[in-house]
Amino acid sequence: MIKFTKYRFSKSLPPVSTASLPDIVFILLFFFMTVTVIKNQNLLVENTLPTATETEKLDKKDRVIEIYVGRPSTDSNSNLGDEPRIRMDDKFITVDEVSDYALQALALMPQHLRSVATVSIKADIGVKMGIIEDLKSQLCMVNLLKINYTTFEGEALSDL
Amino acid sequence: MKNYRVPQEVNAGSMADIAFLLLIFFLVTTSIENEAGINRLIPPDIIDTHVDIKERNLFEISINNADYIMAKDEIIDSKNLREKVIAFIDNGGVSSEKEAYCTYCKGNRLAELSENPDKAIISIKAQRNSSYPVYVTVQNEVIGAYNFLRNRESLRLFNTTYEAINSQYYNEEISDYQKIKLKERLETIRALYPQKILEPETVNN
Repeated sequence: MIKFTKYRFSKSLPPVSTASLPDIVFILLFFFMTVTVIKNQNLLVENTLPTATETEKLDKKDRVIEIYVGRPSTDSNSNLGDEPRIRMDDKFITVDEVSDYALQALALMPQHLRSVATVSIKADIGVKMGIIEDLKSQLCMVNLLKINYTTFEGEALSDL
Repeated sequence: MKNYRVPQEVNAGSMADIAFLLLIFFLVTTSIENEAGINRLIPPDIIDTHVDIKERNLFEISINNADYIMAKDEIIDSKNLREKVIAFIDNGGVSSEKEAYCTYCKGNRLAELSENPDKAIISIKAQRNSSYPVYVTVQNEVIGAYNFLRNRESLRLFNTTYEAINSQYYNEEISDYQKIKLKERLETIRALYPQKILEPETVNN
């Protein structure tokens, strides 16, 4: 007589091997390491970008000069008030200093990139146009005319 | 009797935990790059420029302190702005006998809108207290209107969209010959609908 129940009782199920689990996690880890960038140091200003649909990628980092505009973030500087400020080179600067700092950043670039340098304005959604206009006229003075209003991709503001 | 030593196996069970810790560390300290934006070329700093523009060729968009958008003397919603700008640029109002007649325009050829796309000028004005997102939205809509028209012409002439040609052109992997060809196409389309956007100094008040 054939015993069908032979294996059922003598052997329990072999345990699921977890030996490949580290490999899977490492693959995930490498994926994240390649697609992400390390966060910028402390921003000092609030920075929620507006949204727009007709955007172009800003991928060549070597020719971009970044200017952040926004009101000072509350956690680091509680004594700076509510007025939007300009942050460049890791510190607050006034509107009049923008052209100097922009020229400085331009001087650090390799020669062949200077003519294609782009200024990326990263302004918070709470900023008013006045400071942006001042910024633009400052950049115009030093002949930096390529401007990128950096935005998130997404449906543009609709409820006005 | 020979003593068989089975080599001791290192327990790799905690390896996964270590890898998870690393993974979580990277998730927290990094962010996925999202650098994109609206590219604009601001006009150079020349003081004495005087050009006479016919009123029909100028499309004035103003944003006031309360963030209302006014285009061609009426307050409009930002959702309708793109349509209006397209209608303005694509109007082609010059009569067909004249030299400046726009053969590819599909507009209504009204008397009060632009003569042809080459002459159409858009001016975006903002007051100091109007908010930045509204301004970006207006810029977005105007550029969207141009992109719409350029895409249409590009599909007609080359069977691909303008955006596709543009992104191909900036792709590093193409040959020089292709690059020249793409550049020619870009320039043809840009010449059909040149972007003429004015940004006059803001009104102080």
